[in-house]
Amino acid sequence: MKRGNLARAIRAFPWSGKLGLALVLFWITIALVGRLIAPYPSGAFVSYEVFAGASGKFWFGSDFLGRDVLSRLLVGAQFTVGLSAVAVTIAVALGTGFALTAAVGPRWLDELLSRAMDTLISIPSKIFALVLVAAFGSSILLLTLIVSITYVPGNFRIARSLAVGLARLDYVEVARARGEGRPYIALVEILPNMIRPLFADIGLRFVFIVLLLSGLSFLGLGLQPPDADLGSLVRENVNGLGEGALAILVPALAIASLTVGVNLLIDAATQGKVQ
Amino acid sequence: MSAANRRSLWRGAGRLIVKRVGLALVTLLLVSAVIFTISGLLPGDAAQEVLGRGATPEQIAALRHEMGLDRPAPVRYAEWLADIVRGDPGQSLVANKPVADIISERLPNTLTLAALATLVSVPFAFLIGIASAVSRGRKLDRALNIATLSMVALPEFLVATIAVLVFAVELLWLPSITIVPKNPTFAEYVRAYAMPVMVLAVGVVAQLSRMIRAAIITELDRPYVEMALLKGVRPLRLIFRHVLPNAVGPIVNAMALSLSYLFGGAIIVETIFNYPGLASLMVNAVTSRDMPLLQACAMIFCAAYLLLVLIADTIAILANPRLRQA
Repeated sequence: MKRGNLARAIRAFPWSGKLGLALVLFWITIALVGRLIAPYPSGAFVSYEVFAGASGKFWFGSDFLGRDVLSRLLVGAQFTVGLSAVAVTIAVALGTGFALTAAVGPRWLDELLSRAMDTLISIPSKIFALVLVAAFGSSILLLTLIVSITYVPGNFRIARSLAVGLARLDYVEVARARGEGRPYIALVEILPNMIRPLFADIGLRFVFIVLLLSGLSFLGLGLQPPDADLGSLVRENVNGLGEGALAILVPALAIASLTVGVNLLIDAATQGKVQ
Repeated sequence: MSAANRRSLWRGAGRLIVKRVGLALVTLLLVSAVIFTISGLLPGDAAQEVLGRGATPEQIAALRHEMGLDRPAPVRYAEWLADIVRGDPGQSLVANKPVADIISERLPNTLTLAALATLVSVPFAFLIGIASAVSRGRKLDRALNIATLSMVALPEFLVATIAVLVFAVELLWLPSITIVPKNPTFAEYVRAYAMPVMVLAVGVVAQLSRMIRAAIITELDRPYVEMALLKGVRPLRLIFRHVLPNAVGPIVNAMALSLSYLFGGAIIVETIFNYPGLASLMVNAVTSRDMPLLQACAMIFCAAYLLLVLIADTIAILANPRLRQA
């Protein structure tokens, strides 16, 4: 897409789409620079008062140990956004990779892959993630793999239906008649035409992954201390709930603003295409 | 239509339903193999786990033999599966009680919570779905679209946090932990369940209403709707008499999907409100690596999901004369 077109498309967004785009850009920026602009080290005990309210010194108050909520939020957001981005990349690479294999490969392979994915998709995603965490534990690497594997079947289903539809079209037949190999057909002929519809699915899966990751951390099964993502921040400050502490509300709102932002952006971007 | 003809239609539906039941059972079998492989075979040794690091190799070998871990995997899987089918998934490693006892204590609680959440969500979802479908493209539809789109993306613990802040901390109307007293009065019952049900309902209503809207809009684009409008059918009658009966298939499917979403939500909600249900039990099983308990919980959730989808499929088949014929 040319730059002029992109700018025009964005200008045509409803206000909700612009808000979504702004939120997404905001969180991408935070994910890139979070640690650098944090006013205090995220693990430092800087306040004698726990669950303090907002002040000029601590914008979002202090947490259950007297640490600066803003600093922990900035670092936590890096984990949440960063790990989710990596996880969604793995999930989509695997899901779409399998989908392309199924579309151009022999029939039995398609059958096999589709059956396997249908089985996995009938395990509710949170349940599946819990079983995986129980079996393998939750180091950062494993956690990222677990949340990505959980969402491979969903992406496979969407990508396969796109890829199979494209594989039947004449131009792919022509390529086959030309004697192109299967990898060429999958990667050069089919994949480029799937990318745009896939983007909506990637965004959706990113939202699911953020929610699952922070859900696991909230349950104490995700990121382990001293590392903390936004879900861990909600968990560790849960005792502040009774006093309405910012330390619990701010990270929860942060997750919501990220996921709602992505959803609003996808909604605006796909609406434009349909019309 | 002649009676014989009608009978053959129902027989067609019956055959289709039997096929779906068979497919669901096969899927459940495959799911059980996946769950057993992940939780029973891949992770380290349960005997090692139980004895801790100080155990001698001889002790471990003895316990492995006693627990049956030294037998081949397919044999262990078959026995595990047979135990589960018989309703006796073994002994909880942590609580030292039969898993079946623990689950039969907790399962009714989760079913109650899910049933109440469904009861509350479905009417709201229909209201929102129908309202936005009828006002498609207008202000109300756009506002509802943005509202439900945002609600879908909210983490349950944010909704729960805000609900606790408003209703338990500020207004002091509701308790922040769900304790259902023995023989509760109706008021006590409502007070105890109000918040967890509310939190679960937010996500379900949002998801379900979006799918109901989509199902109705697909129908609204069909020629028979224009015909009905031309002959002067009122909008409400059009929706309830003409459109909804035709959209039963997609709508029951949507309901099955959002109810299965409810299980995921229950994991967070039961934990936050300290509610003694199956989902929070499963979280505890993960924390304490109590594999027999975990496997049984996972199987129950998967079976419940497949059952919901199966019921939805059956209703869709029975509601659709063309499918009945197939």
